[in-house]
Amino acid sequence: MADRAWYEIVRDVLKQHDVSLVPYVPDNVLRPLIDLLHEDPFFNAFSVPREEEGLGIAAGAWMAGTRAILLMQTSGFATLANQLASLSVPFQIPTMMIVSERGTLGEFNIGQMLVARTMRPVLDCLAIENHTITRLDEVEFIFDRSIRQAVATLGPVCFILSPLLTGGKVFTA
Amino acid sequence: MASFTNQPVTRDQAKVMNRYDISKRMLTHLHHDEAVIGGIGYSNFDLWAASANPNGRRQQNFYMLGSMGLAVPIALGVALAQPHRRTIALEGDGSILMQLGALGTVAARAPKNLIVIILDNGAYQITGGQKTLTDQGVDLVAVARASGLEQSAWAADESAFEEMIDRALKQDGPWLIGCRIDNNKPVDTTERDPSRIRDQFMRGLGVKK
Repeated sequence: MADRAWYEIVRDVLKQHDVSLVPYVPDNVLRPLIDLLHEDPFFNAFSVPREEEGLGIAAGAWMAGTRAILLMQTSGFATLANQLASLSVPFQIPTMMIVSERGTLGEFNIGQMLVARTMRPVLDCLAIENHTITRLDEVEFIFDRSIRQAVATLGPVCFILSPLLTGGKVFTA
Repeated sequence: MASFTNQPVTRDQAKVMNRYDISKRMLTHLHHDEAVIGGIGYSNFDLWAASANPNGRRQQNFYMLGSMGLAVPIALGVALAQPHRRTIALEGDGSILMQLGALGTVAARAPKNLIVIILDNGAYQITGGQKTLTDQGVDLVAVARASGLEQSAWAADESAFEEMIDRALKQDGPWLIGCRIDNNKPVDTTERDPSRIRDQFMRGLGVKK
């Protein structure tokens, strides 16, 4: 199985950990993962109009016994500070998030570049576990261990997928 | 598809009721194990107050302490995770106005077990009574219908509300019931202990033993 793409590994690990509900705000870099999740009847994947709505759905599902993960891009994460600070963290709800990282390594949109700089400070000041994944050979380990940790410690976790892993969104000048 | 009949056409025609009284009436119609998600502020303060009884408070209530606008999404998550449990979102007008897309998401997912109750006093009461958009022309039941929630209606008065909640508990949803309410203060204040609220709720839903 060494030849799996990052999105195939993510799908497999989510399945192993019974993470089946996947609200997302779409992103081009995440598209192969979103496509895979839609193809697989194990997953209930659907788009939501705002990231915070997806966070609420995932929180409700968790409390009712279903594991969920929220997919978004960097600018979408920037809309979540209040919901993480008032719902996920104080209520001890292990909100799981995948963010496709924009704003770095060849970004062409200055807005994306600037908003990306808010992401890690928000995660760090709320003490939310987060990992930036750059290498294919680390995807499985980081997802597997971090999902276990989130569930065991009731703490949110954010997986930041670097352009080094995904290829990112390429701008041709 | 089932729908409510003989209901007021617009918000203006619905009677102004009382939040605590509506919360109490809703609870008397529950069987025992329905999940109820109370939105931020007074919406959940009166749910808290109305849920007190000699045997303690009902466990299947979740009280938000922030995350304004997320009562409907949280309830949708519960409804999707436990399709056999009726789930109710109690949300204020100011809150749902922040997250109108959630109505479309509920319509698109179409959970049969979800009931949304909107408590609409046309004001941001907790911050000093500033007008919300519903006091300036927005009709949330009309918004819900246009979002695809066909089974949406205003409660004409208290007895109509009771009929509607009774029906929504028995027949396939999703349902949305609009209640106009007054500006009375809530009867009590929810205990601000989030991890305890979450733990109780999960036990109430049978997720934790």
